[in-house]
Amino acid sequence: MARAKYVQILLLAACVIVVQLAATAADKTQYLTQLTMAGYYSMVIIGLSLLMGYTGQISLGHAGFFAIGGYTSAFLTTYNLLPHKDAPAVTVLAQCGMLLSGKDLYDADILVVQPWAACIAAVLITLAVAYVIGRPVLKLKGHYLAMATLGFGTIVYKMVLGTSLVGAADGLSDIPAFQLFPGLSLSGKSSLRIQNYYIAWGLVIVGVTLLLNLIHSRVGRGLRAIHGAEDAANAMGVDTAAFKLRIFVVSAVYAALGGVFLTHFNGGIGPSEASIMKSVHYVAIVAIGGMANLWGALTMGVALNFLSLRGYFGSHDDSVFGLILVAVMLFAPEGIGSTGAPTMIRAWIKRLGAREEPAP
Amino acid sequence: MNIELLCQYLIAGLTYGTIYAIVAIGFNIIYNTTGIINFAQGEFVMLGGMLAVTLDAFFPLPAAIAGAVIITMLAGALIEIGFIRWLKSPSVLRMVMITIGLSIVIKAAALAIWGEGVKSLPYFTGTAVTVISMGDVHVSPQILWVIGASGLIVALLTFFFNHTLLGRQMRACAANMDAARLCGIDAKNMVTLSFVLSAGIGALAGCVVCPITYVQYDSGTNLAIKGFTVAILGGLGNSTAAIAAGLMLGILESLSIWILPTAFKDVIAITILLLILFVRPSGIFGNAEAARLKEF
Amino acid sequence: MKSVRWIIVLMLVCMVYAFPTQAADTIKVGAILGMTGPASFLGAPEAKTLEMLADEINKKGGIRGHEIELILKDTGASPEKAISFTKQLIEEDKVFAIIGPSTSGESMKVKGIAEDGRTILISCAAAESIVNPVGRYVFKSPQNDRFAAIKIFEQMKKMGITKIGIVSSNTGFGKGGKDQLEKLAPEYGIQIVANEVYDKDATDLTAVVTKLKAAGIQAFVNWSIEPAQAIVIKNARQIGLSVPIFQSHGFGNIQYVKAAGGAAEGVLFPAGRLLVADSLPKSNPQKAVLMKYKHDYEARYKEDVSTFGGHAYDAFMILVKAIETAGTDKEKVRTAIENMKGFVGTAGIFNFSPKDHNGLDLSAFEMLTVKGGKFVVYSDKAATKK
Repeated sequence: MARAKYVQILLLAACVIVVQLAATAADKTQYLTQLTMAGYYSMVIIGLSLLMGYTGQISLGHAGFFAIGGYTSAFLTTYNLLPHKDAPAVTVLAQCGMLLSGKDLYDADILVVQPWAACIAAVLITLAVAYVIGRPVLKLKGHYLAMATLGFGTIVYKMVLGTSLVGAADGLSDIPAFQLFPGLSLSGKSSLRIQNYYIAWGLVIVGVTLLLNLIHSRVGRGLRAIHGAEDAANAMGVDTAAFKLRIFVVSAVYAALGGVFLTHFNGGIGPSEASIMKSVHYVAIVAIGGMANLWGALTMGVALNFLSLRGYFGSHDDSVFGLILVAVMLFAPEGIGSTGAPTMIRAWIKRLGAREEPAP
Repeated sequence: MNIELLCQYLIAGLTYGTIYAIVAIGFNIIYNTTGIINFAQGEFVMLGGMLAVTLDAFFPLPAAIAGAVIITMLAGALIEIGFIRWLKSPSVLRMVMITIGLSIVIKAAALAIWGEGVKSLPYFTGTAVTVISMGDVHVSPQILWVIGASGLIVALLTFFFNHTLLGRQMRACAANMDAARLCGIDAKNMVTLSFVLSAGIGALAGCVVCPITYVQYDSGTNLAIKGFTVAILGGLGNSTAAIAAGLMLGILESLSIWILPTAFKDVIAITILLLILFVRPSGIFGNAEAARLKEF
Repeated sequence: MKSVRWIIVLMLVCMVYAFPTQAADTIKVGAILGMTGPASFLGAPEAKTLEMLADEINKKGGIRGHEIELILKDTGASPEKAISFTKQLIEEDKVFAIIGPSTSGESMKVKGIAEDGRTILISCAAAESIVNPVGRYVFKSPQNDRFAAIKIFEQMKKMGITKIGIVSSNTGFGKGGKDQLEKLAPEYGIQIVANEVYDKDATDLTAVVTKLKAAGIQAFVNWSIEPAQAIVIKNARQIGLSVPIFQSHGFGNIQYVKAAGGAAEGVLFPAGRLLVADSLPKSNPQKAVLMKYKHDYEARYKEDVSTFGGHAYDAFMILVKAIETAGTDKEKVRTAIENMKGFVGTAGIFNFSPKDHNGLDLSAFEMLTVKGGKFVVYSDKAATKK
């Protein structure tokens, strides 16, 4: 029932607010920093959860989309167009109001793209790449799919590592703040911390809402059919290839948005965001959260990323995620919430039955 | 580019090509018997090198290498028994993730035991700068060891699979697990044997190449990616094709630096992988039928 | 739903358990280093050095009676972790100062945070942009890559070399050197006829050095770290490329010489004097400091000392000296560092100023070479005697 879905979202929003108030009261607002960063990583995770859980497609290269989003936005907002200001493309951009004058580190004048325009560019580029890669990749199955996505992730990593235009191994720094609305600015300054916490979780809440709408719609039912028995779904006239591609692209865009926002919050990005280990982190989190379980993935994502970013795992960060992956896959392949899953599925089915509206 | 320069490049390509081919053969042996792609294959190569370096401090070189290979084979057996054996018809997705997780854990263990430093074995014959020269083409004797060891591995495996009872039993399992079981072949042990074999040849390759390339706790990953590119290029499961594919990839990479910036050399292997997967997943030499046969 | 409730519970639990322990009256020094991962050759010796020094000082009763509490965090060379840890150290642990990060990429990203949080940060990374433009609270202890490049070019000019090749790895370290070499070559009349960047995990560089040979170079410079820097010189000698080879100061660990075997003979590289501490004359002002560091480190960790660990030594001891001079007021200590002159460190003798937050110049470097498998100071006379 639509009502149940909205209750879940309201509960999430309530949690977000409660946590912030508790933190401020206990004078521990610093925790909000890691919670904000974890929120942006959660964008990747909920998208990936949709992809892996509802279409059964593994992706070992999703950090690549995060990086494409982050790097595009970082590059456009720091690359100085002043030497080219007479080029036709640049004058067109200027007339559309997409350029911004400012000063760089050394107090020299620079001309860069506005953060909002860069964000749109990042999303468009990710869309394009996801469509182009997604079509052939999603035709593959099993190992081949895993290797193709691994290959895609590795290419993105090696390319950002090897290209001096985007800073090569050092990455890009001094990314300007992203003025979302007058008075609401996406930046890492300590004074704006609470603001940014709400920006991050606001994005996640919107993201989760859209995904829940998708799951409970006709598209969602088609997806569940695919996950259950792809051939049967095909026989029934469900265009499985188109569905899978759509979800792949959606999850890629979610990852890219997470990348854009986190880059502005951090004020920089490095090749480590595109590494295969990062992709494995995301997959491990979705696995332990339960692949078809959006809420489980979100919870686990926040918890594990929060701990990792606070250094709880010390030097053993990667091995913790590796162990989680092995342990979950050996003992609880449906995720740690697998005891809850049957109840949830039953609840969904009940909701499905209750929702028998006459076809339009 | 003159003929001698070309020869120099070809030899470099051949050397690395044979290493990729050995890793690919390791993948194929496990894949044929179990249908699993072992993402931790590169770690066997790394373990071989690391163990040999440690043992070299106490024993003469040949004993150190033999010891390294045996210990790695044991590790392979333990991995299979501990993590794979008792799973009941696991899905492909699950196995992929388990082996990826395992490769990470093995890397972490290697980091804990040996630290983050780079290690090397002494050259088998001569030193770092001895070369055998033919005109203006210079080859380190270690390269001949690499090519020789790879050839030996292939020869031994061919003999094993075609002329020994155990080998034929493994082929039977690969062709049809149920029929093999009905014939009284212990399928579970065949699976363990496949891991042991893969680990062994990976370790030997690791030892032989260690003087040239050094070994570090994370050297396995890159090798694994190149290895399965080659395995897929040749057609998954087809080891003779893997050899040809490995040599091809090695030479292609070597010659590529004339056209592309060197930093993108690795991107070539992966682009080829993606192209093959999109256009012809059964490999350039393979066809779907041969793949199903799963012969060595 | 159940899982949403888990979120609250988990978060609250984390908060309770994450309560930092308050030790009374200690001076907290934070360190964010890349102990594992792609910069481990930097971070691992740096971390070990800091632990060794902190223990030593605490055994002697601390600084001005206060014990030092060292808070080490491993970033694995990831900028996002560096950012998160820096914020944590400054705001929660309320550290007195931060040593690190190990890489230039990370340092650039936390520079602003240190300034914002008014906490002293002494970086162990080499990029000039860390201290230029100068940030009030940000210092760095390694020499500028620029001086290493200048030392190399001065030597080349003496040897009459005009056409060179540059090979570097795709790490921050390699990029730093490559940029400086490209910028400064024209000033010394040197033409770069071949310029290749290779992947740091490359296992064979024969193809690269063959390309260099074909370009007709008179010498080449390699700017990378293990294992590539040993592989490249081996491959070069194997294919018969006998021109002088220059390495970066990253070659400064006798382990690397051992790894490269005979190929390391005659390789030239600029480095701090730590590596030739034994052969320095007693009158050399750095000798005492270098010998003690080398002896203590090798005794405790049973591995060869490296110049990278030395950067952490310098950073930490500069901080200690400043606290001893100026007390435990952050602003006073900051000013003390800024005005420190003649501090004897492992990398050289530091002379800070409000405009120079690095304090080292060309004299910090010595041109070294490998002879008989050992590091020796390079002298033109000795070379021509051959």
